[in-house]
Amino acid sequence: MSSYVAIADRDHEIEHHDPQTFIRKYVWSQDHKVIAIQYGITAIFVGLIALGLSLMMRLQLGFPNEFEFINPESYYQFITMHGMIMVIYLLTALFLGGFGNYLIPLMCGARDMVFPYMNMLSYWAYLLSVIILLASFFVPGGATGAGWTLYPPQAILPGTPGVEWGILLMLVSLAVFIVAFTMGGLNYVTTVLQARCRGMTLMRMPLSVWGIFIATILGLLAFPALLVSAIMMLFDMNLGTSFFMPAISSMGVDPGFVGGSPILFQHLFWFFGHPEVYIVALPAFGIVSDLLSVHARKNIFGYRMMVWALIAIGGLSFVVWAHHMYVSGMHPYFGFFFATTTLIIAVPTAIKVYNWVLTLWEGNIHLRVPMLFAIGFIFTFIHGGLTGLFLGNVTIDMPLSDTYFVVAHFHMVMGVSPILVVFGAIYHWFPKITGKMYNETLGKWHFWMTFLGTYAIYLPMHYLGFQGVPRRYFAMGNTDFLPESAQALNAAITISALFVAATQILFFVNMIWSMKSGKKADPNPWDATTLEWLTPDTPPKHGNWGPDLPVVHRWAYDYSVPGYEDDFIPQTVPPEQAPAGRDHGVVD
Amino acid sequence: MEYILIVLAVILGGLLGWLLKQTFNAEPWVADVVSDTAHQGPMNAHSKLIGLVTLLAVVTSFFALIVSAYTLRMDLGDWIPLTEPGILWMNTGVLVVASLAFQWTRNAAVRNDESKLLPGMIVTGLLTSVFVIGQFIAWQQLNASGQYVTSNPANAFFFFLTGAHAVHILGGMYVWTRATVRLMSGKDTESVRRSIELCALYWHFLLIVWLVLFGLLLST
Amino acid sequence: MPLAVVLILLVVGSVIFHFVSPWTFTPLASNWGTIDLTINITFIVTGIVFVAINLFMAYAIIKYRYKKDARAKYEPENKKLEYWLTGITGVGVALMLAPGLFVWAEFVNVPEEADVVEAVGQQWHWSYRYPGADGKFGEVDAERITMDNPFGIDPADPNGQDDLVVAHPEAHILLDQPVKFLLRSKDVLHNFTVAQFRVKMDLVPGTQTYLWLTPTKAGRFELLCEELCGIAHHTMRGAIIVDERADYDAWIAKQQTFAESQVVVVGNADIGAAQYAICGACHGQQGEGSVAMNAPKLAGQSGWYLQRQIKAYQNGLRGVHEDDTYGRQMAPMAATLFDDASIANVIAYIQSFPDTPAPHTIAGDADHGQRLYRVCSYCHGKDGMGIQALNAPRTAGMTDWYMARQLQNFKDGVRGTHKQDFYGMQMGFMGAIVQDEQAINDLMAYINTL
Repeated sequence: MSSYVAIADRDHEIEHHDPQTFIRKYVWSQDHKVIAIQYGITAIFVGLIALGLSLMMRLQLGFPNEFEFINPESYYQFITMHGMIMVIYLLTALFLGGFGNYLIPLMCGARDMVFPYMNMLSYWAYLLSVIILLASFFVPGGATGAGWTLYPPQAILPGTPGVEWGILLMLVSLAVFIVAFTMGGLNYVTTVLQARCRGMTLMRMPLSVWGIFIATILGLLAFPALLVSAIMMLFDMNLGTSFFMPAISSMGVDPGFVGGSPILFQHLFWFFGHPEVYIVALPAFGIVSDLLSVHARKNIFGYRMMVWALIAIGGLSFVVWAHHMYVSGMHPYFGFFFATTTLIIAVPTAIKVYNWVLTLWEGNIHLRVPMLFAIGFIFTFIHGGLTGLFLGNVTIDMPLSDTYFVVAHFHMVMGVSPILVVFGAIYHWFPKITGKMYNETLGKWHFWMTFLGTYAIYLPMHYLGFQGVPRRYFAMGNTDFLPESAQALNAAITISALFVAATQILFFVNMIWSMKSGKKADPNPWDATTLEWLTPDTPPKHGNWGPDLPVVHRWAYDYSVPGYEDDFIPQTVPPEQAPAGRDHGVVD
Repeated sequence: MEYILIVLAVILGGLLGWLLKQTFNAEPWVADVVSDTAHQGPMNAHSKLIGLVTLLAVVTSFFALIVSAYTLRMDLGDWIPLTEPGILWMNTGVLVVASLAFQWTRNAAVRNDESKLLPGMIVTGLLTSVFVIGQFIAWQQLNASGQYVTSNPANAFFFFLTGAHAVHILGGMYVWTRATVRLMSGKDTESVRRSIELCALYWHFLLIVWLVLFGLLLST
Repeated sequence: MPLAVVLILLVVGSVIFHFVSPWTFTPLASNWGTIDLTINITFIVTGIVFVAINLFMAYAIIKYRYKKDARAKYEPENKKLEYWLTGITGVGVALMLAPGLFVWAEFVNVPEEADVVEAVGQQWHWSYRYPGADGKFGEVDAERITMDNPFGIDPADPNGQDDLVVAHPEAHILLDQPVKFLLRSKDVLHNFTVAQFRVKMDLVPGTQTYLWLTPTKAGRFELLCEELCGIAHHTMRGAIIVDERADYDAWIAKQQTFAESQVVVVGNADIGAAQYAICGACHGQQGEGSVAMNAPKLAGQSGWYLQRQIKAYQNGLRGVHEDDTYGRQMAPMAATLFDDASIANVIAYIQSFPDTPAPHTIAGDADHGQRLYRVCSYCHGKDGMGIQALNAPRTAGMTDWYMARQLQNFKDGVRGTHKQDFYGMQMGFMGAIVQDEQAINDLMAYINTL
C-alpha cells in the first residue's frame, strides 16, 4: 500500500506548493498545463514566422523577381528556416511539448508530470533554442541557406548563405532543442509508465496518449542521430576534420579536406529524419482518433488494431530511412530493401485510415468544428499517404525525387494533415483549457477556407512535379520542356497560399475573442468519456484532481453502449452503475 | 548502420515484449471494478529509476550511432588505425575500480549503513576524476606526438568518442556532487540514498559504454 | 451535409483535374517506359483507393449525420473485416512494389554495350569527359584540379591522354545507343536530371555514381541540377543533345583531347600590339575604355574572360540581338581576330596595360548597392576581383556605365539568351533580380568603392 502513502504525501505537498505569485504561476511554472501553453504559444509564434517565410517563397515562385528583398540568397535562407522551424520547432514542439504536456497527465489521471522541474527546464531550453535559431537572421551573413537537410559539403562551404554564422547557430540551436526535447521526453515516457491513475491499464488509455507516447519514444531514440551528425559537422567546420568532407575543389580552392563521406551524413540525418515524420504524425493519429470517436458518438473502431498499428509504424519507421536517399548515390542495392520496408509501412498506416472511416460508419456524427478538421485530416492524409506510395517505390522516386511532387507530398502528409489536427485539437480542448466556448461560426469559416485553400495549393503542385519542375529553384527561367502555363499555375498556387495564410486571422480572432468574451464552457461540452473532461474545475487547477485521484473502470471509448441511457459512459463509472450485457456489439 | 539497428532492435524489442504482455490478451472494452491490489497508481519510488533507464536508452542510441558512423567511415580507404596511448589501460582500470567503489557505496546505502556512504562517495568521485584527467592526458600525449584531431578520421573519432564519453561522465559528476554535498549536510538522507543507487547504475552503464568503445578502438 | 458534398466534389474534381489539366508528365525520350508503366500501375491502385475511401466516407457522413433520436452502433472491433482489409491492402501494396523492384533491378544493372560518358558537376557548371579512342578514362584526383586541368586528370596516366574533355555544359550522345553516365562532383552534391529521360542520380564528391539510359528521340534536352548546391543552384543548367550517328561522329571529332588541352597557347604581346591597333581605336591605346565610343575598359580584365567574350561574339552567342546596338558593332570587330593564336596575342598585349581604375560616371546610394551586391559577391568575389572557377569576371575598377548597360541587357534578355550562352544565361537569372535603373546605379556606386 505504499503507493497510497505516496499519493497522500503528494496531495499534502500540493497544498503547500500551490504557487501564488504571478511569476511562479505563469512564468517559472512547473505545472504541466502552464508549460503546455508556453510550449504551444512559442511554437505557434515561430510557426507564424515560418508561415511568413513560406509566403516570401511563394511570392517569388508565383511572381518572379518582383521584390527586392527576395533574392537567391534570402530565398534559400527562407527555405531552410521555413522547413526547419515547421518540422522541429513548430510541429515537434507543439505536439509533444504542447499537447503531450497538456494531455498526458490529464488523460492518465495524474496530478502532473513525474519530474515537473525538468519539465520546466525543458520549456526554457526550448525557448533558448528558438532564440538562438531566430538570432541567426541577424548575424553577419544571415541564416544558413543549406536547406533544412543541411547536407554537407555545401552547408559549410562558401556558395551557400550563412556559412559565417548561420550554420553554426543552426547546429547549436538544434543541439539545445534536442536537450530540451530529451528532458521533456523522459517526462512523457515516465509519466505514462508510472503516473497513470488506478485502473488505467495501458489498453484503456486514449489513443491520443498512445500516439504521443510512441512518438516520444521514437524521438528519444532518433534525435541522437541528429545530435551526432550536428556535432560531427561542427567538428568538420571548426576543427577541420573530415567526417563528411571529401577532397574537393571549392570555387577553385582546395579547402583541405580528405576522404570524408557526404552520404554518411545523409544516413545519420535521415536516421533521425524519417522517424521525425512519425514523431509528428503519430500524435496527430492519436488525437484525431479521439476527436472522431467523441464527435461520432461511437467507439474508435478496432482499438487494439489501432494501438498495434501505432507500435508497428513506430518500429518500422527506423528501417525505412534510406527511402529519402534513393538517388543520393548510396549503394543502389539498398533500394530493394528500403522500397520493400517503406511499402510495408503502408499497411499499418492504411489500417488506421480504414478504422477512422469505419468509426464514422454507423455513428451519429456531429459536424462540429473539431470534427470538421478531423474529417479534413482524413481526406488530406489519404491523399498524402497515397502519394507516399509513389515516392517510397524506388523506381517511381527517380523521376519524381527533388521535384515539386515531393514538396506537394510532404506538405500534404506532414504539413496540412497534422496542422488540421492541431486546429481540430485546439478547438476540441479549448473549452477545457480556457473554460470558454469558441465561436462556432468563425471556426467553421476557418475550417472551410483552410481546408479548401490548402488543397488548392497542393493538389496542382503534384502535377508541376510530374512535369519535372525541380524543388529549391529560385527561378525556373525559360525551359523548353515546361509549358508557359506552368508559370500561371504557380501564380495560382501563390494566390491560394496568400489566401490560406490570411484566413488564419480568423483563428486568432476566434481564440482571443473567445478567451475574453466567449460563453462559459460546460466542464464536459462534448459528452466525452476521457478523464480530462472530468476534472473538478474547468480549467483544471494546479494538481488537476482536487483531493482524490480518479479511479478508472473502463476504456476511453464507451460511447452509445447498448442498454445505457446516455450515449457515453465516463471512464470513472464502475460497471455496477451501468447495465450489464456490455459485449453485445462485439463481433468476433 | 547495423550497430544502431541492433541496439534499437534490442531496446524496441524489449519494449515491444513488455507492451505485448500488457496488451495482447486485453479486451479493453470490458469494464471492471478495480480492486485495491490491482496495479495502477502512482509509484513514485520507481519513477526516477524508469526515468534514468529511459535516459540510458537515449544515451545508448547516441553512442551506437557514433559507433555506426565510425564503422561506416572506417571503410572509406583513408583510415589509418590509431595507436591508442597506453594510459588508456590505466584509465580503464581506474574506471572499473570507481564502478566497484560505487557499487560498494550503493550496497551500504541499501543496507542503510550511513557511516560508509560519505567515504564511499568521495573515493568514487576521486577515482572518476582520475579517469577524466587520465583521458585528458591521453589527448595531450596524442597531440604531443603529432596525432591531431584532423590528422586522420581515426583520430577525429578517437577524440569525438572519448570526448562524448567524458561529457557524460561529467554530467554524472554533477549529480554525484549534489548527492555528496547533501550527504555532508546530513539532510534528507532517504532521497540521497536513492540518488546514490541511481548514480551507481549510471556509473556502471558508462563503464560498459567505455569498455565497448575501448574495445572498438583497440580492435580497429 | 455540405462537408460530404464537398468531399465528393473534391474527389470528382481531383480525378477530372488529373485527366483534363494540361500539366502532366513531360513526354518520354528514353527507354524508361517501364518507369512510366510502374507509375501508371500505382496511379490506378492509389486512384481506386482514393476514390473508394473518400466516397465511402462521404456516404457515411450523409447517412449517419447527427439525428436527435439516432444512436451510434456499439462495435469495438470486427476482426474478420480488419483481416480482410489488411489482406487486400497487402495485395495492393505488392502489386505496386513488384514492378518497382523489377524495373529498379534493370536500372541497377547497366548493359555491357553501353557507351560511357562522365558528367562532372561543380558550382554551378556542367562539364563532360569521354574516354577517347582507347575507351578508358584516365585517373582523376580532386587535388589535381586547377584552372588549367579542371578535370583533375593525372597527367602521368596514359589512359587519360586521349580522354575528350568538354568544358562546356553541352554534351552529345548517340540515338538508340545505351549510355552510362558516370557522375562525379568537384565540390558539393549535385544531381543529374533530364526530365525526359526519367532517371536521375546525385553527384557526390569523393565518390562516383552512375545512371544509364538509351535515348529514343533525337533532339536537345535540358539538363538540370536537382540537388541544392548553393545560391546559384537554379542556374546550373546544361544540355544533352541526342544525335544521329553522323552528327555525333562529327561532334566527337571536334572535341579536344586532354593532351591537346594541356598545350597552352602563349600569346605574343608584340604581335598582339599590331592587332590591337583596331581595338585601340575605340577601347583606347591603354585599354582604358571610352565613354564617347561606348567601349569599356579592357585593362585589368582577366584574360580568360576576354577570350570567352571574343569567341562569343565570333560564334554569334553575343552581339546578335537587335536591341544590342553596341554589341552588334563589336561583333564584326571580334571577327578580325581570325584564330586562337591572334586572340591570345591581343590578350597578352592587353594584359601588359597599366591597370588604373576606370573613372566613376554613375552616382547612387552605395549603402543600398552594398546590400544588393551581397548576392553578386558569391561569384564576383567580395572584393569584386572575379572568380575564374565560377566563370565570373572582375567588376571592381571596371567601367561602371558599361556594367550598368550590360546588367540592363541581361535583365531585358538582350544578352544571355542564346541557347549555348550558359554563362550569359546564369547572369540573366541574376540580373533579373535587380529591380530597376536606380538599383543598378546604386549597385555601380558600391562597386566603384571596391
